[in-house]
Amino acid sequence: MAEHMTLEDVRKHVRVYMMVFAALAVLTVVTVLVSYLDVSTYPALVIALFIAIVKGSLVAAYFMHLISEKRVVMWVLITTVTFLICMFILFIASLADQEQLAALAGAIQSTVHVA
Amino acid sequence: MSVQIPYEVSPRLDTGVNNAKLGIWLFLASEVMLFGGLFAAYVFLRLGADSWPGMLIPDTTEMATRADQILSVPLATLNTLILIASSVTMVMSWASLKMNDFGKFRLHMGLTILLALGFLVVKAFEYGSKFGHHLYPETNNFLAVYFVLTGLHAIHVTGGIIVNAYFWGPGSKMWKKGTARAKEHFTNRIEVAGLYWHFVDLVWIFLFPTIYLL
Repeated sequence: MAEHMTLEDVRKHVRVYMMVFAALAVLTVVTVLVSYLDVSTYPALVIALFIAIVKGSLVAAYFMHLISEKRVVMWVLITTVTFLICMFILFIASLADQEQLAALAGAIQSTVHVA
Repeated sequence: MSVQIPYEVSPRLDTGVNNAKLGIWLFLASEVMLFGGLFAAYVFLRLGADSWPGMLIPDTTEMATRADQILSVPLATLNTLILIASSVTMVMSWASLKMNDFGKFRLHMGLTILLALGFLVVKAFEYGSKFGHHLYPETNNFLAVYFVLTGLHAIHVTGGIIVNAYFWGPGSKMWKKGTARAKEHFTNRIEVAGLYWHFVDLVWIFLFPTIYLL
């Protein structure tokens, strides 16, 4: 965010804040309405996350001024998101691993029964 | 040997931002990992569960198939709108200082605090309703996830209220000193407090659909 802003710059920002507020309110209502549509869990998850990402991006870009922020802040965030994705992958991979182990245990058990 | 970090609000030549701003962004990065870890635990528990929420709808003998059969979507929607409005009043309090209007700053910051308190009141009603039905974090994984994530978020809201109330009241003495340097420092503090507050809003934006609507 520019440290030195003119009065006119601030007024322009205020107009943008009001537009973002309206967009966030509308998107909140859309999120609730979409949740009542008769769709299964995964498409519902994709829609809900998509709207949440749009709303989150609006807050981060305009209220948190990321749209005009310096590179060092971007790098902090890029590093954080990278580690966040790694953590999610670890969690989900361990779940897949458990499923594979369970399938393997089941296969061994049935082989023992046959023998 | 101690190294002193000068309290300056002008951007540093090496980072391009002032120390307070870099500091709050590093703190928010750690917060992303804190909430991220709990979100990851939620995904892990949900993907591994045979059914979700995996409990009876309160006061019925019917099994719930969606979270909104247990949780109150109207109250959560109201809270979403309250938090979004508080983010706007927060950024407006910063903009008011940039426009050198302390009265408007007090008004907007006061509204931010009131909206945040409103959020907690709605949350208290929500929790009260769950406790009334004997639904606790220990009841099942779904309620454990719900109470831990929303509870941690509510603690963050409380922290924000304390900080904002300080700046609304005693902390605003800095602005009243009247010097350009003091005003600049105070505006910087409000910007930093605002970044925290918007983050709290951001977390709720993801909590609301993932916990209540799916």
